[in-house]
Amino acid sequence: MADIELALGPCFFNWPAERLRDFYARVADEMPVERVYLGEVVCGKRQPFNDAVWPVARDRLERAGKTVVASLLALPTTPRERRLMREMAASVETIEINDMGALADRGGRPFVAGPLLNVYNETALALLQEYGCVGWCPPVEVPLTEVATIAHAVPEVETELFAFGRLPLAVSARCYNARAVGRAKDSCQYVCGEHADGMGVRTLDDQDFFAVNGIQTLSHAVHVAAVAPERLQAAGVRRLRLSPHTTDLVAVAQAFRALLDGASEPSELLATLESLDLPGAPCNGYVEGERGVARLAV
Amino acid sequence: MDASLRPDPLELVCPAGTPAALRAAVDAGAHSVYCGFRDETNARNFPGLNFSPEELEAGVAYAHARGVKVLVAINTFARPGAVEVWRDSVDAAAIAGADALILADLAVLDHAAAHHPELRLHLSVQAAAGTPEAIHFYTETFGIKRVVLPRVLSVEEIARLNREVAIETEVFVFGGLCVMAEGRCLLSSYATGKSPNRVGVCSPPSHVTYGDEDGCLTARLGGFTIDRYGADEPAGYPTLCKGRFRTDNDYEDHLFGDPLSLNAATLLSGLQAAGVKAVKIEGRQRGKAYTAQVVRAFRRAVELVAQNRATDDIQALLAPLSEGGGDTTGAYQKTWR
Repeated sequence: MADIELALGPCFFNWPAERLRDFYARVADEMPVERVYLGEVVCGKRQPFNDAVWPVARDRLERAGKTVVASLLALPTTPRERRLMREMAASVETIEINDMGALADRGGRPFVAGPLLNVYNETALALLQEYGCVGWCPPVEVPLTEVATIAHAVPEVETELFAFGRLPLAVSARCYNARAVGRAKDSCQYVCGEHADGMGVRTLDDQDFFAVNGIQTLSHAVHVAAVAPERLQAAGVRRLRLSPHTTDLVAVAQAFRALLDGASEPSELLATLESLDLPGAPCNGYVEGERGVARLAV
Repeated sequence: MDASLRPDPLELVCPAGTPAALRAAVDAGAHSVYCGFRDETNARNFPGLNFSPEELEAGVAYAHARGVKVLVAINTFARPGAVEVWRDSVDAAAIAGADALILADLAVLDHAAAHHPELRLHLSVQAAAGTPEAIHFYTETFGIKRVVLPRVLSVEEIARLNREVAIETEVFVFGGLCVMAEGRCLLSSYATGKSPNRVGVCSPPSHVTYGDEDGCLTARLGGFTIDRYGADEPAGYPTLCKGRFRTDNDYEDHLFGDPLSLNAATLLSGLQAAGVKAVKIEGRQRGKAYTAQVVRAFRRAVELVAQNRATDDIQALLAPLSEGGGDTTGAYQKTWR
């Protein structure tokens, strides 16, 4: 049975171009991942600032032997965002789509269904396969047992499990970073850029709860799918997806690689990750069908 | 549209959480009512609500006898290995004589399009199809006749969208307001394990607790404090996205959305001019008296708008019905973002 690969998901956050360049250079040089998703998926207003970063990063990553997949916006709205979506959908490269609109111009060329797309069962995935779907990252709330049901029913589509990072929970028309400083989205002045892992949201009792990143809401806790490779293989998982954060992602990827290579146990992976500077406490409830915030023993 | 032609009134699509509410909505002037089965296949899966197949059949008969259409919402996402539960709901709605189905999941749309080609399919708001491209995909693939637009678009954007799509559009004009793109929100799932997309409940009553602390009432969901009310403040239901939160930059307030209901009564003529076909009232969890009152007011409003007459008195009728007494026009005005 083939080894389980690692992928680096798209960066959800508003990082300056310089930071993105440095980050992906290090990914190319040091990170043990087979695949990298590149592109802005959260906010179209950020695109003009970083559009120049992606071709450079792609070139460097491909020279390092990584497969690069362009990720598309989750909630395209403006004419410019829609035009960009159509242009990318019309390209021959494999893309990751996060809105069904990208399929209208895809013409059967290969694509990955991103975790922000509502694909919840084997019939839906089989249907997308007819439209060119070659890979699939389930919505983060789908438990591993159900991921397995779908993966086994549609084995030709590679299943990729969201395994590390703050959970992408929602998108909205409204920008919460702007709202929290008394602005509207149109006059946001890109305040989301001040929070490189998202802005923490607590309850009135100061319990950590969410993190907001422009129009996106994430979990405050950091999801860690610390699952033994045998169980992942039995579930039909072909790849684990790690989501970029300011945490040392090379160290995160190395820890996951050790787990997948049988060199460490799930509990050791968790301990290693907790020794890094995570933006929130670990959680893993969704893996077992519990609420996402739950932290279950591994 | 030729300006010399008087348009048909906007189709008024009204909630029916129970057979009694269905009759109330029909009697109060609904053009259409929408309802769902008493299970996880519809996005308002709350205790004490919804219809058995027999109740639906009786409801359809009542509505049809009065010239009113019945739209059946089967708008959650089917569970792996159990897609037949959703397919069965589609079949049951067809047998009961539904005029259209409101669907979100590709699997459910696929079944309905393949096995019930005579049935009108509407794309649920839960599919969050807010661009001409997404709508085009669903139209081409499943032959949908109408899309319920996500509550993320301004009136100007809806007008532009209607110029680019061939099918009917329906928009929410009154009631509860999701601040997230519908169908793309896991906040409640994250905090309670009950997923709106998968089992049709958001901020479920089973996970709500109230506590009295230092003279303040604390409303919690899944153990998380959602809001706290002083002795002189009216307490609300702890819907997650309407809660009060703190952030890293010292903000403390209703971060996601104020606890207000949507009320777009003042925008009806703008929506009609934007090419919208139908307007929808949220509130299948509401009682029949509320339903009747809102439906009556909006029926009057859509008739007045079609005659190009003022609807000023409608606001006065609706004011007492808003959640927490306050309302908003939501994303229909761009500044909401």
